[in-house]
Amino acid sequence: MKAPYDIELNDVSFQYDQNIVLKNISLQVKQGDFLAVLGPNGSGKSTLLKIILGLLKPTSGTIKLFGEKSRDFKKREWLGYVSQKSNAFNTGFPATVYEVVQSGLVKKTGLFKNYPKDSLERVEKALNSVGMIDFINQSIGELSGGQQQRVFIARALVAEPKCLILDEPTVGIDHQHVQSFYNMLAELNRDQHLTLILVTHDVDTVSSKISHVACLNQTIHFHGFKNEFNQLSDEDRQAWYGHSVRKIHHMKSEGTQ
Amino acid sequence: MIEALLNYEFLQNAFASGIIIGLIAPLLGVFIVVRRLSLIADALSHVTLAGIAGSLYLSQTTAVFALLNPLYLGIVAAVTGSVLIERLRRLYKHYEELAIPIIMSAGIGFSAIFISLANGFSSDLFGYLFGSVSAVSRQDLWIVLAIACIVVIFLVLFYKELFLMSFDEEYAKASGLPSKWVHLLFMIVTALVIAASMRIVGILLVSSLMTLPVAASMRLAKGFKQAIFYAVIFGEAAVIIGLVCAFYLNIAPGGTIVVTSIIILLLVLLGKKIWLAVVTKTERGRLA
Repeated sequence: MKAPYDIELNDVSFQYDQNIVLKNISLQVKQGDFLAVLGPNGSGKSTLLKIILGLLKPTSGTIKLFGEKSRDFKKREWLGYVSQKSNAFNTGFPATVYEVVQSGLVKKTGLFKNYPKDSLERVEKALNSVGMIDFINQSIGELSGGQQQRVFIARALVAEPKCLILDEPTVGIDHQHVQSFYNMLAELNRDQHLTLILVTHDVDTVSSKISHVACLNQTIHFHGFKNEFNQLSDEDRQAWYGHSVRKIHHMKSEGTQ
Repeated sequence: MIEALLNYEFLQNAFASGIIIGLIAPLLGVFIVVRRLSLIADALSHVTLAGIAGSLYLSQTTAVFALLNPLYLGIVAAVTGSVLIERLRRLYKHYEELAIPIIMSAGIGFSAIFISLANGFSSDLFGYLFGSVSAVSRQDLWIVLAIACIVVIFLVLFYKELFLMSFDEEYAKASGLPSKWVHLLFMIVTALVIAASMRIVGILLVSSLMTLPVAASMRLAKGFKQAIFYAVIFGEAAVIIGLVCAFYLNIAPGGTIVVTSIIILLLVLLGKKIWLAVVTKTERGRLA
């Protein structure tokens, strides 16, 4: 039986030492959703993604991935991940675009096995879908930030994930390429029915592509369809965004005392 | 030289183990360098010294150790050191590099004690510090060969995992790789290679055979497999040229091998600079 949701979080909280980062998060993402997670800096967006990916364990609450408990979920290749470019890798690393994209097949291939025989075709297909096929034999360090980010998407796509999770993927990409980057994501969402979860600050650029919005600031202040988000009053938005301003202010004054 | 090689077993041992080490040290070295673990290799080599010095001291006092190849205790010390480094790295999560000076000074400290107890430097110990052409026994050669098999099997089995962990550790974890275990195995294999290499290049210079050929190859290689290929070529060249020089000049091979590696590195850096200058010039000429 197909699970009703790709991703399902129930009452998830996360604490780092004494700091509460996430509180009582409940969130469901269906197949084919294009969800934008918005929130001010330090609102716990990246932490939320890391919890979904299993990089961090929640302090409380449960996570289900494709209907299975996250702990028991073995098909990690169903989740593709693209992190912020800035901390992804060292640009001097000697690797070709082909080698980088191929490494996306590691989990799907399994331990003690060689990459599958058709990995060249798979890599070519993934690079084609992000428009980077001409760079297949280039060194990854020679590419521009935007091109590298496309390669990382191809690495995530090569294992044919059902859901792609992106953490501020356009940081470090020049503005003129951001739009085409989002167009590409929208195409993947539409044509391949790929579920997308995107943490971003580019609300305006991305707003025409997404289907759902989640407003995060320690807890979920709003989660719903995009048009519902657009109808939010200024006060509602203030309550979500402004909350953190006061909170950070408060913590700073505590720290200086 | 060829005649000597055919006639003397010790030379055959030295060259055969040299060629094996010239393969495995840069092979593993590529992963060590890209994972920024070069200094850990250095720390481990000093721990290995403690094991060797301990074994040399015990061989003077205890009958059992007199028969035991010091390499065995060196291997035990290196592997223990690698596991301890991992423990410490996890303990000092935010200051991981602290593990290196801790383990390194522990290694040197114990070495100093054992060397003093054994009444100072012997010619044996000199060989372990800077390598030796004459001291490699048939038994040493078999140990080196066994370690080489372990290294090659390990790299064949975990190549793709190691590549991903080196390139992007977070992504590797997000993919659900057992990176903790692969990393621990990697550290143990590194310890083994250090123990294997030190008979030829010496403890103090072991890490250079893992890093210098890689430093040169990274300036040339476009991809990862290419980087491995060049590193092995440079490593083999350094070991063979170094051993021949050591034999004729009657000096410790550790020195000649490392100096050859440095010359190779300088040539590569210079060659690349000249090549880049030529390329820019022709491009400018084409544009003009």
